[in-house]
Amino acid sequence: MQAAVVLFPGSNREGDVASAIKRISGKAANIVWHGDSDLPSGTDLVVLPGGFSYGDYLRCGAIAARAPIMNAIRAHAERGGLVLGICNGFQILCEAQLLPGVLQRNAQLRFMCKEVYLRVERSDTPFTRRYNAGDVLKIPVAHGEGNYTADKETIERLEGEGRVLFRYVSPEGATDPKWNHNGATNAIAGILSEKLNVLGLMPHPENHVDPLIGPTDGRGLFESIKTVLEAA
Amino acid sequence: MLANEIKITPELVAEHGLKPDEYERILKLIGREPSITELGIFSAMWNEHCSYKSSKVHLKTLPVTGKIVIQGPGENAGVIDIGDGQACVFKMESHNHPSYIEPYQGAATGVGGILRDVFTMGARPIATLNALRFGSPDHPKTRHLVSGVVAGIGGYGNSFGVPTVAGSVGFHSRYDGNILVNAMAVGIADTDKIFYAKATGVGLPVVYLGSKTGRDGIHGATMASAEFGEGAEEKRPTVQVGDPFSEKLLLEACLEIMAKGCVVAIQDMGAAGLTCSAVEMGAKGDLGITLDLEKVPVREEAMTAYEMMLSESQERMLMVLKPGKEAEAESIFKKWGLDFAIVGYTTDTLRFLIRHNGEEMANLPIKELGDQAPEYNRPFTGPKKLPVLDASTVPAPKSLADALEKLVASPDLCSKRWVWEQYDHLILNNTVQRPGGDAAVVRVQDGPKALALSTDVTPRYCEADPFEGGKQAVAECWRNLTAVGATPLAITDNLNFGNPERPEIMGQFVGCIRGIKEACLALNFPVVSGNVSLYNETHGRAILPTPTIGGVGLLADFQNSASIAFKSSGEAILLLGDTRGWLGQSAYLSTIAGKEEGAPPPVDLAAEKRAGDLVRDLIAKGRVTAVHDCSDGGLLVTIAEMAMAGGIGATLELSPGGIPPHAYWFGEDQARYVVTAPALALPEIEAAAKAAGISATRLGLTGGEQLTLPAERPISVAELKKRHESWLPDYMAGKS
Repeated sequence: MQAAVVLFPGSNREGDVASAIKRISGKAANIVWHGDSDLPSGTDLVVLPGGFSYGDYLRCGAIAARAPIMNAIRAHAERGGLVLGICNGFQILCEAQLLPGVLQRNAQLRFMCKEVYLRVERSDTPFTRRYNAGDVLKIPVAHGEGNYTADKETIERLEGEGRVLFRYVSPEGATDPKWNHNGATNAIAGILSEKLNVLGLMPHPENHVDPLIGPTDGRGLFESIKTVLEAA
Repeated sequence: MLANEIKITPELVAEHGLKPDEYERILKLIGREPSITELGIFSAMWNEHCSYKSSKVHLKTLPVTGKIVIQGPGENAGVIDIGDGQACVFKMESHNHPSYIEPYQGAATGVGGILRDVFTMGARPIATLNALRFGSPDHPKTRHLVSGVVAGIGGYGNSFGVPTVAGSVGFHSRYDGNILVNAMAVGIADTDKIFYAKATGVGLPVVYLGSKTGRDGIHGATMASAEFGEGAEEKRPTVQVGDPFSEKLLLEACLEIMAKGCVVAIQDMGAAGLTCSAVEMGAKGDLGITLDLEKVPVREEAMTAYEMMLSESQERMLMVLKPGKEAEAESIFKKWGLDFAIVGYTTDTLRFLIRHNGEEMANLPIKELGDQAPEYNRPFTGPKKLPVLDASTVPAPKSLADALEKLVASPDLCSKRWVWEQYDHLILNNTVQRPGGDAAVVRVQDGPKALALSTDVTPRYCEADPFEGGKQAVAECWRNLTAVGATPLAITDNLNFGNPERPEIMGQFVGCIRGIKEACLALNFPVVSGNVSLYNETHGRAILPTPTIGGVGLLADFQNSASIAFKSSGEAILLLGDTRGWLGQSAYLSTIAGKEEGAPPPVDLAAEKRAGDLVRDLIAKGRVTAVHDCSDGGLLVTIAEMAMAGGIGATLELSPGGIPPHAYWFGEDQARYVVTAPALALPEIEAAAKAAGISATRLGLTGGEQLTLPAERPISVAELKKRHESWLPDYMAGKS
């Protein structure tokens, strides 16, 4: 497993995700500069980390989506390579049209940093192999603009094709507007690309991997990727 | 000779916040009438905010040295040794006036400024904290101010990428026209890689880094050194606008340039911008500085020398580079997309020479600009000692349960979750103890070392007795760090007061300083950095004296830290420390009886030390399962907070003898901790307490879902928590 974590101006969770990858895969990720035009050779996972690329002063992710490195990432995705966008990374993937839809301001109009509950909708993907469908994970969020939405056809298509991978739910795993903290359409927390190789999600699994600091429900995501890539 | 296109009139001098005798001092110092740019420079250097002219004589009395102190007050931030070649760099600073005028940007730039102070010294910020005081919840502006300040703090810190891990929020009508926003930043550096403002070497390039200069914030420091009257909002243009994105880039670029060995001296441009930073670098290094202002990157056209020298545009730095390192430094800054310009050089003339397009705009003696600032020993009067309130004269509540329910849902004691959920408190993956406990615990890199961090002050105590209040602020901070198991190391102080020209305000200031000094000495807890904010008054009404204390403690292994939550059922609840039932200035008195009366609880520093050392030892030995310091609201509120945090109830069996029950349960006697422990550990704990000269009282047992007091209706912990959690969100939603 050779990960590349892309550093944009204003990224700030690159260290968190790089350390989670190192902790779980045993191998350090390459930190890749946004201005580069190629990924390091041997890259089999690209991570777009959380943060506020370009200050989020335009639409979140809009400027980063046009960075030189994005062409290489698009080609990597087209080849079926794995791409993981977390938080700002998810916003960038949407702006780059590697994933459909947009992330609006949270319904309550405030930035929210808290633990939420996510239901794993399917386990037959490269990102969730080590979970079971229906598992409820406790994972933190930290965003002001994570309210996912798209036009009706797109939502229907995502749902119909099983591309909603994570949903905000109650601790018992039930969908409930009370637990959909940012007001996302269908309580969507994370979605997949058509080929299931690109995942964008708002919550931060990388912040829940260290048993000495807190819960470890985020480990499964990185373990799944590792399992898939090492079997390849 | 300087061309003086603008005549300096007494009105102009007054507009610059300089008193007639201060202007006389300027004339005597330079032997001629200053140019308008020079007048601006003097006003920037000699205002209260930058010169500490009213406070310096008293600040000098504080203990600032110790085995662990690497750098005390006087630099951008204080530096202490935390072992293994690592240093902790930290400071707290106020942004009170700007935050009242424009809450979002005022608070945001407060965070930005203090972060810059820390990374200027070569440290990577690992945490921020804050202490906020708002007016009465009934005041029409309070909601707007809370909402804006909290969003501003979050907006800056979240984007910059540093966790906001702890803080305090209080309300009182005395802050109606003057809120307090005190922000603290904490960073880590190698002890042999600390950077200072002091320039060395003649003819070296002075480099401007970061964002461009605009007209924002001109005279910000002067504004912050005056009282508010009518039309405070008209001062909005003096508030700067924050850009956390640029600051994040500035952080990365500065740390990179430092690691490459390019930097001789560095100073951030905070209050009074280019003026203060350049003078500081030159004066500290016994060097002159010459600046050519046409080289300063600007974002507005036709800026004058005066405007450039006084702009408080954010996210800017000044550096003196090592010779020959210009190209390397420039390439790093260009990579991060930041402005880099050589704007001047160091000289051996000891003059502060400002040129604009070749024309001399200011030519002043650099040392005297700082050193010769006026210093006042202002007259002060001690406040009248208030009588000790006899607890039996304070009406008892209808029931203790009712009073507890009201207290935990009061503005000061309610949960502040609504606030800290807007702060990213988890980024960097090192937050061991999150907001809501006694102190935050933040792991240092991969551990096992960790820092404990807390901000504290009880303003109503300081108002009633500045000396005891000053002591208590330090003691409570020390206690909070102790309660998580840390060894308290050092503090930063943020001293917020009214107009020092009034003897009674100066009396509060002097009293608090004396109290802080006494506590710091007794607890071996030196002051390594700080900030003074005076003139917090509107229409002649001052804030409560508020000397906020920000403390740093060290844990050798974060896994041995203690937290407030009850851990399991059937454990003994033990009170360590003496209870006399002190209701004077208590939360019970103000919230339940609606009065603020009497002397505040005295702090016996020797007892404080004994109790703290005992508790720390018990935590280190793993003898206790939960620890909470006893402060606002007293014993019953402390126990309720432990119960709510753990979701476990308690049965309290003790019926206090001799003390009225409401005084026993709600009195705010100091130097106390509540701990829990398995029954088997009790004899050992009690023996240790006895040996330390600390009384240990068995209060009852944890368990169940209710808090049960003798002869009282049981209180559901879940119900209590609901009340505790809902006051602030309801208030902000306009429901209460």
